[in-house]
Amino acid sequence: MTLPLLLVALPLALAAVAFAVSSERVRPWLVPAGGAAHLALTLAVLAAPARPAPGAWLQLDGVGRLVLALVSVLFFLCALYTPGYLAQRPGHSNRTFCACLLAFLSMASLIVASHHLGLMWVALEASTLTSAPLLYFNRNPRSLEATWKYLLLGSVGIALALLGTFFLAYAALKVGLAPSLLFEDLVRDAPRLSPPWLHAAFVVLFVGYGTKMGLAPMHTWKPDAYGEAPGLVGTLLAGVATNCAFLAIVRFFQICSAAGEADFARPLLVAMGLASMIVAGIFMVRQRDYKRMLAYSSVEHMGILVLGLGLGGAAVFGAMLHLVNNGLAKGALFLSAGNIHRAFGSKSTDEVSGALRVVPASATLFLLGFLAATGSPPFGPFVSELTILVAALEAGRWGVAAAFLLVLLVVFVGMGATVLAVVQGTPPARRAAGAEAARPLGGEGWQTVVPVAAFIVLVTLMGTWIPGPVRDLVIEAARLVEMRP
Amino acid sequence: MRPALLALHVATALALPPLLLGVVNRTKALFAGRRGAPLLQPWLDLWRLWRKGTVFSPTTTWIFRAAPVVAVATALCAALFVPLAGQTPPLSFAGDLVFVAYLFALGRFFTIAAALDTGSAFEGMGGAREATFSALAEPALFLGLLVLVRRSGSLSLAAMLGPGLAASWTAAGASLLAVLVSLVVVLLAESSRIPFDDPNTHLELTMIHEVMVLDHSGPTLGMALYGAAVKMFVLGALVVRLALPFSLGGPWADWAVFLAGLLALAVLVGVVESVMARLRLTQVPNLLVAACLLSFFGLLLLARTP
Amino acid sequence: MNALVDPILVLIMLLNFFVLATSRVRAVITASAAQGLLLGALPVLVQPHPGVVPVLMALGTMAVKAAVIPWMLLRALREAAIRREVEPLVGYIPSLFLCALGTALALLFARTLPLAAAHSASLIIPGAFATVLTGFLVLTTRRKALTQVAGYLILENGIFIMGLLLVEAMPLLVEIGVLLDLLVGIFVMGIIINHINREFSSLDTSHLSSLRE
Repeated sequence: MTLPLLLVALPLALAAVAFAVSSERVRPWLVPAGGAAHLALTLAVLAAPARPAPGAWLQLDGVGRLVLALVSVLFFLCALYTPGYLAQRPGHSNRTFCACLLAFLSMASLIVASHHLGLMWVALEASTLTSAPLLYFNRNPRSLEATWKYLLLGSVGIALALLGTFFLAYAALKVGLAPSLLFEDLVRDAPRLSPPWLHAAFVVLFVGYGTKMGLAPMHTWKPDAYGEAPGLVGTLLAGVATNCAFLAIVRFFQICSAAGEADFARPLLVAMGLASMIVAGIFMVRQRDYKRMLAYSSVEHMGILVLGLGLGGAAVFGAMLHLVNNGLAKGALFLSAGNIHRAFGSKSTDEVSGALRVVPASATLFLLGFLAATGSPPFGPFVSELTILVAALEAGRWGVAAAFLLVLLVVFVGMGATVLAVVQGTPPARRAAGAEAARPLGGEGWQTVVPVAAFIVLVTLMGTWIPGPVRDLVIEAARLVEMRP
Repeated sequence: MRPALLALHVATALALPPLLLGVVNRTKALFAGRRGAPLLQPWLDLWRLWRKGTVFSPTTTWIFRAAPVVAVATALCAALFVPLAGQTPPLSFAGDLVFVAYLFALGRFFTIAAALDTGSAFEGMGGAREATFSALAEPALFLGLLVLVRRSGSLSLAAMLGPGLAASWTAAGASLLAVLVSLVVVLLAESSRIPFDDPNTHLELTMIHEVMVLDHSGPTLGMALYGAAVKMFVLGALVVRLALPFSLGGPWADWAVFLAGLLALAVLVGVVESVMARLRLTQVPNLLVAACLLSFFGLLLLARTP
Repeated sequence: MNALVDPILVLIMLLNFFVLATSRVRAVITASAAQGLLLGALPVLVQPHPGVVPVLMALGTMAVKAAVIPWMLLRALREAAIRREVEPLVGYIPSLFLCALGTALALLFARTLPLAAAHSASLIIPGAFATVLTGFLVLTTRRKALTQVAGYLILENGIFIMGLLLVEAMPLLVEIGVLLDLLVGIFVMGIIINHINREFSSLDTSHLSSLRE
């Protein structure tokens, strides 16, 4: 009980400290400090065997441990990137930014650890609100627009999730059970829950948290938000926030499985997953804005996660593995894209080319990140996507498998065209100083390259030799998701 | 007692409509800080018009001459079917609600046709507006009456608005409230009052009913105005009966309640005219559609109550 | 279940129609405030013997939904130099028809969900669905940031109605959850609205359209 609580309380306390500290130079270093402390705590949690603690609102089961590990690693590497990034952005006060980063970590940990669905909902809402100021860091009209859309759609999604949570509680009340939102109670009572209400609850929750996750057709906030957010924030949104929302969906899927209603949920998940992949694929072809392209890539990968969950069996293992792989690949992509963006002052391929000559390290990492995200060997996503594909074929879902492959191909070609346009070629002649949009904000330094390289190393590791403890974590999570004994 | 009540019904239907207009005008005057014309002024106006001569344009046909007569005749005929004060009306048969609705439609058809018959673009415009707005007001009226039909299980106005109405309010109050509001809107629209039409102005931008009867003169103008007043009285009687469905025990007491209700309704119309501005013409359909939906909503709610 | 609950829900649904029919931003805000006021009374009415806590919560709901938030929005409306008309993307009459269709579907759909005996024959579920749908309509078809916030408020009102079914069993979750969500959400939105106003000298979110494919 104490460790999960510390995971939440420590970053929150550091957020308060960051808000109180007055030095603009000291403050950014609180973020890596918080990230390191969180990582240490996470390792302590993972070292101890999982013990069920009945009735506790905060506890970490197998699924929670897997997501927590990913969140902690992602945040730690992003935190290492933070001081270097902020040093290149003088003139912006980073008080809110640093405080909100740490508060966001705290809320993400709370989502992961909470076994009370009401608490989890509150934490998701809070994570949306703490991430809004992060999006608005650049303080220009476009980031304002992105923040407004993010906030409005996110709030609506979360409001729907609350409605779904009410439905779930009523499913218990209807059959005369004392309504409880404790996960263990719900799983235990699941077979007795009123099926119509359970179905309605799952649909509404799926749409609600699916909005948070950015599944098509509720993904429209995503390109704007990811496109305008600093690369660092993009990583946290694409790797942490969306996965936390996925975790919420997994929780309700677990309840559905325990109730024997998994067959109701599966087609929904498969359909929504495929739809997200297809929509993302369509928008990624001829996408000239490479940061928006990353957003659509995120939509695609969220679709893969949901699809894997819906297919069941080995695909769930694939989905859990993909959760980790996608998070790591996105980290490399967003951070290196951020470096390129700052070097060129533009995020359109019309004005960016020849990144290899301007920021060679970041451009190389961007290219590697692209290969990883599109599922090329030897990177992690190759393994997880292959697992899902094989599972689909073994289950006889030929249509799903064909669509899956086709979209992956389209995405590879579409994304490749954009990425190569950015990386290769000759750099455009530097614009006159008057052109505000084209003024570079800074190049790359070791502080902004090393974390990206670390992401690439990790995602390669996941593709070549999955460390034993990670494999155990994934297997345990997949077992729990399907509620297998 | 029955013949006396019937006589009262007929007498009220004949005498009261212009008086209601008098009450409306007096209310408006009081709101404006004036003393206002006597309550009998509309009757005096009608009397004045009746004594004047008539001028018919040579381009008009018999339709133009028949229209005011038809308007008065249909309105008075409809008045005979409405259960004033919840008492059995002089005439009644199963399905008379459709008959009453079509009596209104017939009167309106002739009024519009007469307006077109003059060949004046100005009056044609008024006719077009009347046709447009009544096409929206009629569904509201019908849907509202449908709620009453469903409640009472009868297609006759006498039964729909009869003694059973009070029980309906306790069983399906929400539906009836929606219908009541909708019918008030229909009343204002059909009798060309603010916020749909301003009976006092003769501005071409605003008028609907007044512009259609612009070419009538003398007795025919009087009849057109009287017919409009009776129509307002009939719709008002429906609204009042719906709003005050209870019975005090005796028919005379019910009549007193009914007349007081009509008086209050006229005052209400006057207040609405005093505090509201006329709607922009493009917004009139919005309000009428809202009234339709309100009636529809009442019907929906009814579908839930057993 | 108190006899007053259903009439109040009917009034709330009528306010839904009004919100979509009115052309004034001010009226949209006041209508959502009126809904909040009516909603505040409901948690006390649905319980047979309300204690002190529900009454306090009802007062809290009313204070937040009918006073604090509308006051914030109205102040923003006063201070922003914007046209006071709603300027909808979908006209008033089509949105009214959509609302009527939504209400009809809500009434039909609510029949398919079984209710506990204590709640049967009440309008809570159709009322909740209809109000949520109205909130969606306002959110998607009205362009101004202020009307979008009002739409969100209406959406939340619908969810609050649904929460009435649970208010006896888990009062804390329902009330605190909804209020917290609303207050903090609208607070942050208020800040952003402020920024939009400063940045574009307008609260029309159609200015927020530089990001698109």
